[in-house]
Amino acid sequence: MTFEIFMQQLANGISIGSLYALIAIGYTMVYGILRLINFAHGDIFMMASYFMVFSMVNFGLPWYVSMVIVIIATILLGVLVEKTAYKPLRNAPRMSIMISAIGVSFLLENLATYLFTGVPKGFPDIAILTQAISFGNISFSVATLVTPIITLILLYVVQFITNKTKIGMAMRASSIDFETARLMGININRVISTTFVIGSGLAAVGAILWGSKYPSVMPLMGVMPGLKCFIAAVLGGIGNTTGAVLGGFILGMAEIMLVTFLPSLTGYRDAIAFIILIVVLLVKPTGLLGEKVTDKV
Amino acid sequence: MKRKLSLLLSLLMIFTMFTACSKQGAGTETSNSDVIKIGVFEPLTGENGGGGLQELDGIKYANKMYPEVLGKKIELVIVDNKSDKGEATTAVTRLIEKDKVVAIIGSYGSGVSIAAGDIIKNAKIPAMGASCTNPMVTQGNEYYFRACFLDPFQGRVMANYALQQGAKTAAVIMQNGDDYSVGLGNFFIDAFKELTNDPNCIVDVSEFQVNDTDFNAILTNIKAKNPDVIFAPSSATTAPLIIKQARALGIKSLIMGGDTWENPSVIEVAGADAEGIVLSTFFDENDPATEEAKKFVEGYKKELAGKEPIIPAVAALGYDAYLLVRDAIERAGSTNGEAIKDALKATKDFEGVTGIINFTEEGDADKNIAVIKTVKGGQFVYIDTVEVK
Amino acid sequence: MIDQRKKHNFKLYNIIIFIVFVAFITALDLKFLGDDYVRRVLSLAAIYTIVSVSMNLVNGFTGLFSLGQAGFMAVGAYTVAIFTVPLEKRAAIFYVVDQNPVLAQIHLPFVVALILGGLLSALIAILIGIPVLRLRSDYLAIATLGFSEIIRIILTNAKSITNGALGIKGIPEMPTMWVFFGVMILSVTLIVLLINSSYGRAFKAIREDEIAAEAMGINLFKHKVMSFAIGAFFAGIGGGLLASLLGTVDPKQFYFTMTYNFLLIIVLGGMGSISGTVIASFIVTIGLEVLRFFDEPLTLLGFNIPLFRAGFRMVIFSALLMILVLFFRNGLLGQKELSWDMITSWFNKKTLRRKEKGGAL
Repeated sequence: MTFEIFMQQLANGISIGSLYALIAIGYTMVYGILRLINFAHGDIFMMASYFMVFSMVNFGLPWYVSMVIVIIATILLGVLVEKTAYKPLRNAPRMSIMISAIGVSFLLENLATYLFTGVPKGFPDIAILTQAISFGNISFSVATLVTPIITLILLYVVQFITNKTKIGMAMRASSIDFETARLMGININRVISTTFVIGSGLAAVGAILWGSKYPSVMPLMGVMPGLKCFIAAVLGGIGNTTGAVLGGFILGMAEIMLVTFLPSLTGYRDAIAFIILIVVLLVKPTGLLGEKVTDKV
Repeated sequence: MKRKLSLLLSLLMIFTMFTACSKQGAGTETSNSDVIKIGVFEPLTGENGGGGLQELDGIKYANKMYPEVLGKKIELVIVDNKSDKGEATTAVTRLIEKDKVVAIIGSYGSGVSIAAGDIIKNAKIPAMGASCTNPMVTQGNEYYFRACFLDPFQGRVMANYALQQGAKTAAVIMQNGDDYSVGLGNFFIDAFKELTNDPNCIVDVSEFQVNDTDFNAILTNIKAKNPDVIFAPSSATTAPLIIKQARALGIKSLIMGGDTWENPSVIEVAGADAEGIVLSTFFDENDPATEEAKKFVEGYKKELAGKEPIIPAVAALGYDAYLLVRDAIERAGSTNGEAIKDALKATKDFEGVTGIINFTEEGDADKNIAVIKTVKGGQFVYIDTVEVK
Repeated sequence: MIDQRKKHNFKLYNIIIFIVFVAFITALDLKFLGDDYVRRVLSLAAIYTIVSVSMNLVNGFTGLFSLGQAGFMAVGAYTVAIFTVPLEKRAAIFYVVDQNPVLAQIHLPFVVALILGGLLSALIAILIGIPVLRLRSDYLAIATLGFSEIIRIILTNAKSITNGALGIKGIPEMPTMWVFFGVMILSVTLIVLLINSSYGRAFKAIREDEIAAEAMGINLFKHKVMSFAIGAFFAGIGGGLLASLLGTVDPKQFYFTMTYNFLLIIVLGGMGSISGTVIASFIVTIGLEVLRFFDEPLTLLGFNIPLFRAGFRMVIFSALLMILVLFFRNGLLGQKELSWDMITSWFNKKTLRRKEKGGAL
């Protein structure tokens, strides 16, 4: 293995890892507040990709306009999902909410199959993102380069919101103790909606960057990234946004390095995430950056 | 209230079940009347949904052109196998038992055809595969026929072509979880090794999973080995991703695929990167092999009305599959499964769209011609017709 | 007095219903009734019943949210497939990669392979359960989901054992439907006996309140692992039966969305109701077949109704799951079991009301 090849693989790993990180933030925030695995998150990501296809290909809008529309549409979808599928069950047993989450996820997948057929659609080409650049023998697209940067900037923005703003304080309070926060006069529904707005918005950005790298949009495209990103969130410490980004990077890197160093095990690439999950649960269930949560009686 | 509702709901469901059963009874009575039913099982959803729909369009068009046999109308009974083996077996049982079809056409994707094979064999209902190229489909099953060539043949054609282009080394990428891709990939490896007389000519074999989208890591490994050609038999869903990512990594090797790549979505998604890829296919609209083919190209172009830029080869095969079955029923003079099977076996120099068709002992179309195409200027362009003995 | 006589009558009714059921299945089996399609769908429903009841034991009775049913079924199905395919057929099946020479020599009778598959599933469940069941239940959901994916990935990659993506075909068919229905009756009976035993009461106590249950001296971890492993055992059995019904297995069949079928069944039937699950299994399996017409284009008076096309059935299926969980969270029976009292009270609410009044007096 030459140094160049290794650097190329490193770039591949950082690039896929930062995409995982973007989606993982949404999972970790929702889980932090609602204690709910939002199974539909991956499918919201999928729908965002379809929105992009429609606004650019079918309506012929330029990419910067489409981007804004897609982010808004995805946020609306995320909030709609919350209002219809999760809010009515706020006082129901935990299992019912989880089943509802699975139901939404399954419904979105089937709806997409029904409406857009299983035939993959090409993700529109955003020229400035898909351009290839090369340093010597290493080459990658602009998207590969900008994704980690965008991810870090957005992480900073999310951190700013949660740490420095009033709604952020409410979010932190709700994630520590939902009931007490409510008693203290925090509008819990607003907090939850904000969480879904941020999570879905990040999923939309993730979808646009994902599409520029892997330009094929299909109904089941969100399933695997969805599961993996939840695991990235668990790895980093669920509820912790920095942890989610860290987890995403580690997961992406682990996948790529498996293929690089053990090419005969390429087939097990998708299993890595789940093996990491089991190991984390065995060794450090709170994740890398998570705090110990005690069960309330 | 809720209790009443749920009671109502369950009663309704039980009721529908009974009506479904009684409908079934009625169905058997009408089957002897003035229609002849031919079952079609194709993946209309799932990962092979795209190809399945194209094939189905070809079959439907054939039905439109030749709607009758033995003085009766032919009715197509279409079921979706969802690219899933479990679904496929139930779907085929339904066609045979409930719809009482006299013959079956399908399916795109060899895996589902193989799964349904035993049911077809036990029910003694002849089946005609249109584009399922894996040898196992017809192996040991005298009721299963097919209108296309086989993977070993296709693998050999591509290995031959690679050699002609001066290739000495090759890398193979296959989709783990897909009979078509794994089968074709392995046949290519065998043929290439044999043709080059060099056991080390295959420098890399990689597999990826269903629904994988990131091929950068595999392709970087391949880049390090710098092969002359990359052979990547895969679905039309995956193909553009492999092509695009390979080019973005600066891989200059010739990229080749199988018949599934002849799908407009490959060019649409891969864009400029698709230029120069090479694939083998069953049929070329610019070089109609027979009179029937000329007629088909003309008529089907109109039927498509610009929906697709070129006639997909699987549509042509679907058309042929239908005609073969219809022709066999005509010659058998009855709708008895056994008789149709014997008639199919006796098919002699049938003039189809994809060439003159005879069947081998196994029930495979005895074709020795494959068409090789490339992509130029955003279009599939004919390069060569290859004949392999 | 009256009540007693009624109960006696009910016992008689139960016996009559059982005889009718047995006669119905026997008639189908001897081909007096129905056709292969009906037989196939009903056998599938019987298998779904086994798996759903086992899932309900874990999810509905013990309150653990497990989504690994597809994975456990895969283990059972592959065990049956690997060991029951006749030796002489194997070379033709493993035509890309040769079968492991040790396995290639072993042929087991169906029953042995079936039970072995169930035991293997249970063993794997224990191995997963030990780390995961100590944690909050959400992790179980994602870990079991992950596990069923890992199983699928191993099955596609361990080619010398499973034939990888190509799957295994030629699994011997069962001569009679009674194999499926017999195992179904046996499994359901065993699970009902378990639920009514002291273990079953412990499971329910854990479901209602873990901390209270622990305070009462119930070993939470032991009982959770036990319920989870028993659930996996029956899922493995169900998988083995599915393999012999379909005659072919391949990894793609056991995609984790398969588990959602069983989830719908137990939600519809009622989490914590065995009879509800049995009824729901048949409704859902048969319903999915009946609903096929939604996938076919419908032409009314010459107009093509655009709503009906491939994929619509699954939209309805998933929407139904949503509606159930949002509006009818108890499903058909909630946590109750179907009884004659319930049926009579449904059909004769007035009598019930009068009886209640009488009781108050």
